[in-house]
Parts: sequence; C-alpha cells; structure tokens
Amino acid sequence: METPVSLFADKAKLFVHEVQEFSRLCWAGLTGIFKRPRYVREVIYQMDVIGVGSIPIIILTGIFTGMVLALQTSVQLKIFGASMYVGKVVAKSMVSELGPVLASLMVAGRVGSGIAAELGSMVDTEQIDAMKVEGSDPIKKLVVPRLIACVLMLPLLTVIADAVGLFGGQLIAVYQLRIDSAFYWSSAFDILDYRDVIPGLVKPAFFGFIIAMVGSHQGLTTHGGTVGVGRSTTESVVYSSISILASDFFITKFFLYIL
Amino acid sequence: MPEAGAGMTDSEAASSMIHLEHVYLALGDAPILKDVSLDLNKGETGVILGSSGSGKTTILRLLLGLYRPDSGRVFVNGDEVSAMGEDDLYRVRGMMGMVFQGGALFDSLTVGENVAYRLTERDELDDEEVETRVRKSLGFVGLEDSIDLMPAELSGGMKKRVAIARGIAASPKMMLYDEPTAGLDPINSFNVIRLIKKLKESEGVTSVVVTHDLVAAFEVADRIAFIHEGELVYVGDRDGVLACRDTRVHEFLGRSGCVALFSGNGAPAGYSMSGIGRDKV
Repeated sequence: METPVSLFADKAKLFVHEVQEFSRLCWAGLTGIFKRPRYVREVIYQMDVIGVGSIPIIILTGIFTGMVLALQTSVQLKIFGASMYVGKVVAKSMVSELGPVLASLMVAGRVGSGIAAELGSMVDTEQIDAMKVEGSDPIKKLVVPRLIACVLMLPLLTVIADAVGLFGGQLIAVYQLRIDSAFYWSSAFDILDYRDVIPGLVKPAFFGFIIAMVGSHQGLTTHGGTVGVGRSTTESVVYSSISILASDFFITKFFLYIL
Repeated sequence: MPEAGAGMTDSEAASSMIHLEHVYLALGDAPILKDVSLDLNKGETGVILGSSGSGKTTILRLLLGLYRPDSGRVFVNGDEVSAMGEDDLYRVRGMMGMVFQGGALFDSLTVGENVAYRLTERDELDDEEVETRVRKSLGFVGLEDSIDLMPAELSGGMKKRVAIARGIAASPKMMLYDEPTAGLDPINSFNVIRLIKKLKESEGVTSVVVTHDLVAAFEVADRIAFIHEGELVYVGDRDGVLACRDTRVHEFLGRSGCVALFSGNGAPAGYSMSGIGRDKV
C-alpha cells in the first residue's frame, strides 16, 4: 500500500532521475559542439528559424515594453520634477534586465515549445530511433545545432529588443513628455556602462542555453503519443520560463559581485 | 531459428547472425522479456510471431542496441551488442537496415534524401554514386518516380516501401522489419511481402520480421518463433508451429483461423502471391 512517505520518496527519486538525465544531456550537448561531425548547414538553418524568425515578436515586445516603461516611470519622476531623466531609467532597465529577460521569455515561448514539439513528434514517430539506426547521433544532429543557434542568437535578439525598447521610450519622451530627442538619447547612453552591457549580453546567452536544453530534454523524453507531445511542449515553456527568471537573479547577483 | 542452448560457446554465437542468450528485460516494473534465447543463421528469414504487447518489437530494439537487457547477452554477427558503447553500436548498426512500423521517414526530407540519409551521413561516396544507389534502391521497391516527394505526400504502403529502400540503400547484411504489413491493404501487403522475399533471394540478406500477420509470417518465414507475454513459447519451422500443442500458440493460430487455413499445403488458396502486384515491384 502506498503511504505519503513512499509517494514522496518516489517523486524525489523521479526528480533526481530527471536532474541526472538533464545534466547528462547538457554535458552531451556542450561536448557535442566540439566533436565531429559538425552539421554547419543545420546550425545556419536553426539560426534562421530561431533568430530571424523571432525578430517580429522581439520588436513588438521591445517597443511596447520601452513605451510602457517610459510612461510609468515618467509619472513617478514627475513627482520629483525629474521626468526629463526618463531616458536613463528606460536605458538602465532595458539593457540590464527587461531586454534580456523579456526577449528570452518570448523566445522560450516561441522556440522552446517548438523544439519540444518537434523532437517529441520525432520520438513519437520513431524518427529518433531511425536516426540512430541510420548512423546519426540525435544529440549531435538535432540538439547541438539548436543549442548553438539559441546561444548565438539570443544576445543578438536582446540587442534588438534593447534598441527597439529605447526607441519606444523615445516616442513617449518626445511626443508625450516633450523631452528633446537628443537629450533623451544622451541621457540614456550616459547612464550605461560595461556593468550593464556585459551582463546584458551574457545573460541572454545563458538563457539561450536553458531554452535549447530544456526544450530538447522535454522533447527527447516525450512519451504517451500526441498527448505526451502536448505535455512536453507546455512543460518546456513553463520550466524554461521559471529557470530564466530564477537564474536571472543569481546571474545578476554574480555580476554585481564581480563587476 | 533454433533456441540457443545454455552451453553455447562464444564461437558458436559468432557463427549465427543473431544470438540471444537468456535475455531478461523489464521496463519500469513490468517484465517485457523473460529468459529469451534464440538464434538465427545467416541468410535465413526468421519471423517473430505473437500478439500485441508480447515483446516482439523489444527484440528488434535489443538487436539494434536501442535497449540493453537487464541480464543475458545479445550478439549480432558475432558482436555482443549488449555490451557495446554507443560508438561501436553505430558500427554494428551500419550493417543493419530497419523498417519501423510507421516507416519513421524523416518528415523534413524528401523521399530521395531519406533513402540517401545513411550514405550522406557516412560521407564515403560522391554525390553521383549516392544518387545512383538511391535510384537503384527506389527502383527495387518500385518508387523511382517518387524521389522528390515529401513523406507527407505518400500513402502508408509507399512509406513502408520507401523505408525498405532506405534500409537497403547501404547494402545491409541484415534487415529488421517491425510489423511490415500492419495497416496496409492486401495488395500493398503482398507487395511488401514480395519485397522481403526478393531481398532474401537476390541479396541473401538475413531478415527478422516481427508481425502478427499470419499470412505475411507464413509467406516469408524460414523459421518461426512465437512469443507470449515476454516468454518464448515456440521456436522452430513453419510446420512445427502448426503442429505445436502449446495452448497459447494453438489459441493464437486457431483464433486467426490459421490452423485450418495453412495446415498441409503451404500458402492457402486465395493467399497465393503469384501474379499479384508483380509488375509494380
């Protein structure tokens, strides 16, 4: 008979097993980058799908985030008569936090779910097994190109999100708050230094790693047919989003310590 | 497909194409295979019969090294696949072709690219030679004109035939078929059965066919193994399985109408393959 203790023990064992499998996949993915064969065409294709394909949602996310950020902060800054410094707030927030996190969350929703669904469907239709039989390592062929593409493209997408967010902030600053455009940009760039820019580019690369590996792990461990594919897709988005938010805290803490 | 004796030596195991020795496998808490031992000689076609969920496909996965037994040993062409690392397994898998139940064609690749997959992965042949081999393989299964189609554009029978073409493109020593006729209409079933026989006759390829389709089984089999709930119940020739008095075998064959259908005269009237679809294959 199952007791609460035995149920907890089973869940704990399952959790440890999942962590172990995820760690092994991460290690295989990382070491796979340096091993032959290298699927360069597949990497370029994934960079196009993951990077170029995400540009529209990144632009929309960035511009509205920048606009609402300028709008909200201007109300608070107005109390202190400092609404002309809205550019500083928008720049600092977008480059060091909102740009990396929001771009990554968007990509987790769009790309992480896609990776999980695609690999999950391949598991369900035995294409992963067929790949092994036909002489390919699915990790090298499928996971590594997605990993490289995510790690390389996320920082670039973040730069786009940052730039568009600053532009969105400028629209509010100029047309609603009547701040001079040149002043907005100079105050925005004045506040930024390497302590914002470096973490702002390292974070999305790490988030890209999370998105690729969580999506791949969920996809490759899919079971239970089409229902299982749906479950993997959902879990991929949930786990990557939580991991991004949690790791953001620790990475920020780390950079505040070392820089 | 004689049942492997407990005292079989490694050299005897090496002379068989397939040798399973007291294999036990459980997935989770459920035992899938219980003390399964069997052999298949080179050039033979062995059929593994049994109802759904009896562990037939698991045997194919063990032969491919996709599963590892909890205990016991699995040899393919003298190599112990159950003790191999992944890199060595790729070498052994290189001499095997596999036709998965649903075909398992790669969705994102054309028929031609699917068939060429192993050849391009090995990167040993120039493009011209790869294309020649692909066309030859597709010609063998009668689908030369489908080379540029995507898998989504193919019927179930065509997918199976492309899967066979993919399997034979790299000239394997052994072909594994997982329910090759499942879900196919009689004409397509006969076409697939004919291909399996043709491959054996023309290339001398050793084949393992997992099926619960008795017509297919009796058409292609040199030897038959019957598996029930993970337990090997019968191993021997075709006539022997019809005469087998084990209730589990008898019930399986009897319920399929097989004993009445097949006893005595080879393939039954109405199930003869002569003339059906020959021109297409």
